[in-house]
Amino acid sequence: MSRSTVALQVGVLARRSIVRTLRQPALVVPAIVFPLILLAISSSGLASVTDLPGFPTDSYFQFALAISFVQGALFSANSAGTNVASDVESGFINRLSLTPLRRAALMLGQLAGILSLGLIQALTFISVGLAFGAGFESGFAGVLTIVALSLLISLGFGCLGAFVALRSGSGEAVQGAFPLLFAALFLSSMNLPRELIEIDWFRTVATWNPVSYMLEGIRSLMIDGWDTEALALGFGCAGGLALIALVAASAALRTRMVRT
Amino acid sequence: MSVAGAVGRRNIHNWLTNPALVVPGLLFPLFFFTAFAGGLSRVDSVPGFDYGAGYTTFIYGFVLLQGAAFGGVFTAFSVARDFESGFSQRLMLAAGNRHGIIAGYWLAAVARAAFNIAVITVIALLAGLEIDGGAVDLVGLYTLVLLVNAFAMLAGTGVAMRLRTMQAAPAVQTPFFLLLFLAPVWVPFDLLTGWVKGAATFNPITLVLEANRGFLEGDPVKVLPAFLVVAALASLSLVWARGGLRSAERAA
Repeated sequence: MSRSTVALQVGVLARRSIVRTLRQPALVVPAIVFPLILLAISSSGLASVTDLPGFPTDSYFQFALAISFVQGALFSANSAGTNVASDVESGFINRLSLTPLRRAALMLGQLAGILSLGLIQALTFISVGLAFGAGFESGFAGVLTIVALSLLISLGFGCLGAFVALRSGSGEAVQGAFPLLFAALFLSSMNLPRELIEIDWFRTVATWNPVSYMLEGIRSLMIDGWDTEALALGFGCAGGLALIALVAASAALRTRMVRT
Repeated sequence: MSVAGAVGRRNIHNWLTNPALVVPGLLFPLFFFTAFAGGLSRVDSVPGFDYGAGYTTFIYGFVLLQGAAFGGVFTAFSVARDFESGFSQRLMLAAGNRHGIIAGYWLAAVARAAFNIAVITVIALLAGLEIDGGAVDLVGLYTLVLLVNAFAMLAGTGVAMRLRTMQAAPAVQTPFFLLLFLAPVWVPFDLLTGWVKGAATFNPITLVLEANRGFLEGDPVKVLPAFLVVAALASLSLVWARGGLRSAERAA
């Protein structure tokens, strides 16, 4: 099979995935609106936290903005998983397995919808941040880096959602896994910098939790400027998650197509 | 009474035998408790934070309210599901007194809230919850949150009986989510700033939350206004739920 044929397959499936994702307001709207609601409430409700000695900025809005990117990515996992599960349940993947379609093309095509949603989310959150006075210390290049990191995080969680869907073949299983992903966000440095977390066990969990580093990578670009260590950890954790989840989802897809 | 008992028993049985119904109503309050009491405990060092019983207790006051309200909201989901499956239409044909249907769902909501409250309290005690209030304070505390549970269940049931589909779930849940979070969740009212302070000033849940925290601290505050406002909300919601029942009767 030639490269151009594979590219054509990816293109067709990517177009389908993007159109299908963007045509479902029930998936797109919550993925943008809920993170913004949480941001609006927490940035006002927790504004006095900036009075704590050692808090890195005098604007909790600027600190909390990073949460929106990761929370939005969690919704991407739900969206990707729901779409893939729907393809399994409707027999779409069964029918594709009877064609000469490459598995890689199917996987890449499915992820295109997630990346398009991730891009819309990132641009929306950056626009809201700028509109309400959040500074981006790293400048325009930093904003582009935030978009790149945000897309990588969306890809990682999206692959995770696809893995759950392909493994279980059930939309309910995807919905059931969603709270577990939220637990990962809640048990991170989302609300305070790790060094200001007082409870030992929570600080330990947050330190081992890769979501903390994804948040801190985005935050560093907004608050500190260019922090190589934070960025390396942020991209490393997001890339690691994306790689592991992609391999797992590909293996699950192979198993599912063999079953067919 | 027999209708209420039958509806209540059926709903509690369905709930207890289906983990997918038990877990979500409990999981989110526990997430919030863990994230806030664990991750934000340093907030009690913010200048002006004057709650004596500690941050875990401060957050417990909120999560308790959330667990009770979710017990009511998730019972309203059951109402919608029963209409969607056609069970409620058959039930209305058989029930001698249809107000017993609402009463039955209320019994189920109380059971759900009691379960949520018990689990949340045990976990909070393990996490260092300090209750400085006495027995009378605790009676006041749990009575108040059960009234909030009734308010949530009746308001949600009114929506569910009018829309009669599970697609009503966001319309049931979102107003309570907003009511709960537009109150002084993380810091006392005086430390709030910005638009949330304005919203919290007019939010009736602010009174309830402050009364809750007063009971827990052993220094009750705003008790009468809190009970009056919740009783008024529960009464209005009862009227709203009865209107929903009439709407369902017309549609049946």
